[in-house]
Amino acid sequence: MPQGVPLAWYLILSAILFTLGVAGFLFRRNLITMFMSIELMLNAANLTFVAFSYHFKKVDGQIFTFFVMVVAAAEAAVGLAIILTVFKNRATLNVDEIASMKN
Amino acid sequence: MNAIVFLIFAAVAVICGINVVVRTHPISCALALIGTMASLSVLYLLLGAQFIAAAQVFVYAGAIMVLFVFVIMLLNAGAEQKPHGAWMARLTGAPLLVALLGILGFVILRAFPRSEMARFGGFTGGTVENVGRAIFTTYLLPFEITSILVLIAIVGAVVLGYKEMD
Amino acid sequence: MNFYLLSAIKAAVVVGVLMLTLLYLQWVERKVIARIQVRVGPNRVGRYGLLQPIADTLKLLLKEDLMPPGPNRFLYLLAPFLAITLSLISISVIPFGPEVKVIGVPTWMQLTDLNIGVVFILAISSLNVYGVVLAGWASNSKYPLLGGLRASAQMISYELPLGLAVAAPLLMSNTLSLREIVVSQSHYTWGFLPAWNLFRGPFPQVIGFLVFMVAAFAETNRVPFDLPEAETELVAGFHTEYSSMKFAGFFMAEYSNMITVCSMATVLFLGGWLPPFPGLDVVPVVGPLFWFLAKTGVLLFVFIWVRGTMPRLRYDQLMRFAWSFMFPVAMANLMITGLMVALVG
Repeated sequence: MPQGVPLAWYLILSAILFTLGVAGFLFRRNLITMFMSIELMLNAANLTFVAFSYHFKKVDGQIFTFFVMVVAAAEAAVGLAIILTVFKNRATLNVDEIASMKN
Repeated sequence: MNAIVFLIFAAVAVICGINVVVRTHPISCALALIGTMASLSVLYLLLGAQFIAAAQVFVYAGAIMVLFVFVIMLLNAGAEQKPHGAWMARLTGAPLLVALLGILGFVILRAFPRSEMARFGGFTGGTVENVGRAIFTTYLLPFEITSILVLIAIVGAVVLGYKEMD
Repeated sequence: MNFYLLSAIKAAVVVGVLMLTLLYLQWVERKVIARIQVRVGPNRVGRYGLLQPIADTLKLLLKEDLMPPGPNRFLYLLAPFLAITLSLISISVIPFGPEVKVIGVPTWMQLTDLNIGVVFILAISSLNVYGVVLAGWASNSKYPLLGGLRASAQMISYELPLGLAVAAPLLMSNTLSLREIVVSQSHYTWGFLPAWNLFRGPFPQVIGFLVFMVAAFAETNRVPFDLPEAETELVAGFHTEYSSMKFAGFFMAEYSNMITVCSMATVLFLGGWLPPFPGLDVVPVVGPLFWFLAKTGVLLFVFIWVRGTMPRLRYDQLMRFAWSFMFPVAMANLMITGLMVALVG
């Protein structure tokens, strides 16, 4: 590569991170780790937005990234409060043992 | 030079991402996620998004992940046990995930012929001035709505965590 | 000269001077606190105790290196390393002086100038929480864990007033690069009053400066906010289980954080390397450096003075102070500054 990196590589990295996030969300049974996989997926989406902002040479993609970060912060706060409440009631963080509304 | 920096930090991001999914103790997953966010911040700098790179470290790695680490330490949940009957889920899930990655990769490579090069300095419009001007003129309504969203999140978190003093 | 070679030389100079300053800042602190408490301080090792820091370093190097039992070896070793590294990174964007010609090579007296310099320093200082909280967790014992949790809650609570207090002079200087902030304070109103952000219109940043200094005390875990690491509470808090060089690492990180925060206050509010009266900047290299070091030195002396004078705040008083007083005051300061800049400028 003489001068740079093909933009497609950034998007493929974002796809790999997104797939890792989906894998973590589906295969792990700990509530907090599942939540962290969601944050990984959000980060992958942020990388896609910034890469497209470079492609179109406009700043609007980065504005969207900013809003995604704010929404992720709000979601993390409420989600962790819910996890704390679940732990107080069930004393476990394993998703399989909390699923008492099934069947 | 661009390619070396990109490859190093992309490799760090992927390795830390794999660590998030694979490790058993939640603290190791949290630290690996912080590593991913830091390397993504460097990649944002390469793409010319200066403010977003600093905000990624400031907001994501410096505040949200501190919250995660806090909760993991408060709950003191140990390492996760191997769940019963997991190998069946992995057997059916893994090929589907590989298929997902394959489809995404195919669409990307079809849409982007390899002639577009991303250089460091190729896009200089990501300054704080431009981001600020866009937020406060074009995107003012989403900005105000997200501020109300954050207020709702704060109130919700306080209500959920409130303990009656008796 | 080659850019990389120049940067390497500047980095070596800055790190060398900083390490020496850290050692002797400890000596200054012990002497000043001793005089405040009507005693003499170290005066045995060398004339006036000047070799005391070297004796302390030798002692810490030769101490037994403990490792507590438990599964978190990697985190235990990572925490002091993270603390020092992050606090040294912030020094790389602080401007010490204007453009000078050193042996014929024109260069700014600053390691590097980022055009997002202020946000960079805020981001790195928000990562300082990890050094403390990982040290508390990895020590695998209840006092460090409590100390680590309290320290991290305190640090993230005081980051908010710190960030708001930093945002107000940015409105007046209209830039985020630290070099440009100092340059924008270089004129003199009415011919003799320096246009530092502390004094100049449309809104002198006195409240902002005070809020910044109080939040800086809390961010660096200094008295009166040093409950997480005090010797009489919590058995020395989050660094109870650390010995020898790892303990020295936390100490160096604390002093280095103090230096960073005082340099930030000097650059943002007190005009950096600019002299207070016009016509005093005749000496080319040493002059601006002297003014910068004098202003930072005065702020460091205030840090040490407060440590010797004030009592410690209780944890709930500390948190209530942050959320009920500092945060509204900082926000009001920012709003009034914005209003005045919009009306006048």
